[in-house]
Amino acid sequence: MQRIGVFVCWCGSNIAATVDVDAVAQAVKTEPGVAFSTNYQYMCSEGGQAIIRNAIAEHKLTGIVVCACSPRMHEATFRKTAATAGLNPYMVEIANIREQCSWIHKDREKATVKAIILSRAAVAKLNLDSPLTAGETPVTKRALVIGGGIAGIQTALDIADAGYEVDIVEKTPTIGGKMAMLDKTFPTLDCSACILTPKMVDAAAHEKITLYTYSEVEKVSGFVGNFTVDIRKRARSVDADRCTGCGDCMEKCPSKKSKSEFNQGLSNRSAIYIPFAQAIPNVPVIDREACIKFQTGKCGVCQKICSAKAVDYEQQDEIMTRRYGAIVAATGFKTINLGRFEEFQYAQSPDVITSLEFERLCNAAGPTKGKVMRLSNHETPKTVVFVQCVGSRSTVECGKTYCSKICCMYTAKHAMLLKEKYPETEVYVFYIDVRTPGKGFDEFYRRAAEEYGVRYVKGMVGKVAEENGRLRVQASDLIADKQLVIEADMVVLAAAIEPDPSARNLATLLTASMDTNDFFTEAHPKLRPVESPTAGVYLSGVCQGPKDIPDTVSQAGAAAAKVIGLLAKDKLVGNPCVAGCNEPLCNGCSACELVCPYGAITYEEKTVMDHGVREQRRVASVNEALCQGCGACTVTCPSGAMDLKGFTNLQIMAEVDAICR
Amino acid sequence: MRVDEKTLAEDIVRMSGTNVKKCMKCGKCSATCPSFEDMDVHPHSFVTMAEEGDVAGLLKSKSLWKCLSCFACVERCPRGVEPAHLIEAVRFFALSPQGLNKMKPDVVPIFLQNLEEKGAEVPQQLLTSAFRKYSK
Ligand SMILES: Cc1cc2nc3c(=O)[nH]c(=O)nc-3n(C[C@H](O)[C@H](O)[C@H](O)COP(=O)(O)OP(=O)(O)OC[C@H]3O[C@@H](n4cnc5c(N)ncnc54)[C@H](O)[C@@H]3O)c2cc1C
Ligand code: SF4
Ligand code: SF4
Ligand code: SF4
Ligand code: SF4
Repeated sequence: MQRIGVFVCWCGSNIAATVDVDAVAQAVKTEPGVAFSTNYQYMCSEGGQAIIRNAIAEHKLTGIVVCACSPRMHEATFRKTAATAGLNPYMVEIANIREQCSWIHKDREKATVKAIILSRAAVAKLNLDSPLTAGETPVTKRALVIGGGIAGIQTALDIADAGYEVDIVEKTPTIGGKMAMLDKTFPTLDCSACILTPKMVDAAAHEKITLYTYSEVEKVSGFVGNFTVDIRKRARSVDADRCTGCGDCMEKCPSKKSKSEFNQGLSNRSAIYIPFAQAIPNVPVIDREACIKFQTGKCGVCQKICSAKAVDYEQQDEIMTRRYGAIVAATGFKTINLGRFEEFQYAQSPDVITSLEFERLCNAAGPTKGKVMRLSNHETPKTVVFVQCVGSRSTVECGKTYCSKICCMYTAKHAMLLKEKYPETEVYVFYIDVRTPGKGFDEFYRRAAEEYGVRYVKGMVGKVAEENGRLRVQASDLIADKQLVIEADMVVLAAAIEPDPSARNLATLLTASMDTNDFFTEAHPKLRPVESPTAGVYLSGVCQGPKDIPDTVSQAGAAAAKVIGLLAKDKLVGNPCVAGCNEPLCNGCSACELVCPYGAITYEEKTVMDHGVREQRRVASVNEALCQGCGACTVTCPSGAMDLKGFTNLQIMAEVDAICR
Repeated sequence: MRVDEKTLAEDIVRMSGTNVKKCMKCGKCSATCPSFEDMDVHPHSFVTMAEEGDVAGLLKSKSLWKCLSCFACVERCPRGVEPAHLIEAVRFFALSPQGLNKMKPDVVPIFLQNLEEKGAEVPQQLLTSAFRKYSK
């Protein structure tokens, strides 16, 4: 027989205002096994914990029930309290009389009855508890970072600097992400490449970092501390060890009509290409869709020209299996497709461009060598209209409900860069709100208006139409209550950003959760912003939500700190509430193996005693290091052989009985 | 504002099927409106006035008879507010005798006559739209 102590918490007035805590403590006194019960203002406080410790010693308790808040809040706290008083930490049950009772009810009498019932159920369960011991698993001291933008690069550098091995998997042929495409960066207007490329070089040169570019994660199994990941290294068709990066092949390649991804389709590239001059690795890749050799079998020019004999048309995709202790998602973003915003004529007019295309036009290494020009006639625009919030803050189908956060600032940047290059240009910015919280941000935006004479107009653009070779822009000026019509030469749209489309599939592989917009969700929006709710999976950069480079880099460092904290441990204490097979009952039907999401179940041939008969049988066996205690197998097993420690079928039934009594 | 005017405003908004609280004052409706120059109260202000319960202001606005029911604002509003439906509801309220909630062809001549007496012009689309919406 257990000797149970019941501790009812007031949680200040959170519980006590709705539940008569004293009545609860009194009512459970007569429950089987209960040797002691009391109530206290804050059970989780040091004073409250002392009451528990003293009661365990004084009344020789074998287990405790704490009637308080959700076990997610303080189960760990009370387990520790029990352990310091010499109890097995799994001889602790929590009756959640706050979230599941006081917070959701108003009627004090009924809430008190419900609290008593919940407490009774916990006592019934505790009567069947037995001490459990958690197993330990070793930690693989290597991290995987998925995505090689500034977020992934920074996270990898920080982890590697702490002395741990890191692999970066990047799906495009180079690391760098969107930041590599930017010209200057707000709020300081320093050149993006000048601050990014040294970091790219550091990452490539770091002895602890391995880059897998043109690669993707294909399969993930295992759990925190012990992930096993299959990485598909796509065939570059160029042997990276031999290639010297001379670029002769690109020059001679006759297939030159593919759109350059790096230049946002504003220039062409060859079939064999390096995305941009500072790409890392500086090794070309053959775009097999565009390559004449791959499409028709003829050509082969690049192989002939390559003096290093690096071009290899036979190269195959390679699958590598690697083990990691921690995984960081850093998959970034893309700008949304503007094809459906017909009012802006983006698909129709070459002079209507996105802000990211504008970055490429401004950039000295871009398709126009840094000359901002109308793509229709290559003339310098005299009047340029910027439109903010295109597709952001929109509840209609083709838009995004959130604010993309970066566009107010980069639009101010673009307006200033343009005025700097071409002071005569008339520049308009149409805005709904100008959102510039951030160090030096509002000053930056005001500089555009006050020093550069950029005309900020509160209102949206309703319509853009091509007329006599120019763009007729019809817009609201809400403050003057006027409709403006501007003859413009160029319209720049601040398109909303959205998560990389591959993120959804990745989330499934990682069993990490996402919000309705496909941004990865954090474990707690305020207190655990860089951890995913899935243990061992961390978040870095825009894949978690829109942010600029300063925020991305801070978050990248924070994610690295969490990873380092994990990798610094030699062992992880597991969860002892795992499944176990009652072998004489198991008939080896394989039902449990099929439902287990963690691949924790295998089968063994074993000798079992069945009603006094010795038999050779196939029975299930649970790998306790892999089992996450989800319980799927226990409800699937047709013979009731699978049971979950700490949540046995008997215990659950006892709880139900106690509630229905 | 009188209490009954407030309830009236709420009724009109409900009848229009719009949610004026969703408006974020971006002005895209007014930016896209082809009748803007002929209006005294512009589409975005229409939404604000309805939100404030200013039925009297809406009823006496010139815009009531200038909106073409072209639905450009409905199409473009990023928040799905549908300002034109709101204007139509007010217009319908102005036209219909108490209790009537369908527009039937036989009442059209009377409307037109009433309106002419008030000196208002009625855009063609307005009538088409009123039929489309109310005569089913
Ligand atoms: C027009 C424009 C101008 C901007 N200007 C500024 C500015 O001036 N100042 C500023 O601070 N910020 C600016 N920003 C914001 C800045 O670009 C971002 O904050 C930054 O790029 C975020 O970095 P990231 O690594 O999270 O994402 P990304 O740069 O998108 O990098 C993600 C990387 O992950 C890779 N990837 C995606 N999915 C997978 C997958 N499944 N497997 C493997 N790899 C994958 C991608 O290929 C990419 O390389 C601007 C943004 C835009 C659009
Ligand atoms: S083989 Fe393909 S990549 Fe090489 S030169 Fe020909 S088209 Fe270009
Ligand atoms: S950052 Fe500015 S432009 Fe971008 S969506 Fe938000 S408010 Fe609009
Ligand atoms: S409880 Fe069963 S189904 Fe769930 S992880 Fe463990 S073995 Fe697999
Ligand atoms: S377009 Fe919609 S959200 Fe914008 S002002 Fe008009 S009604 Fe309001």
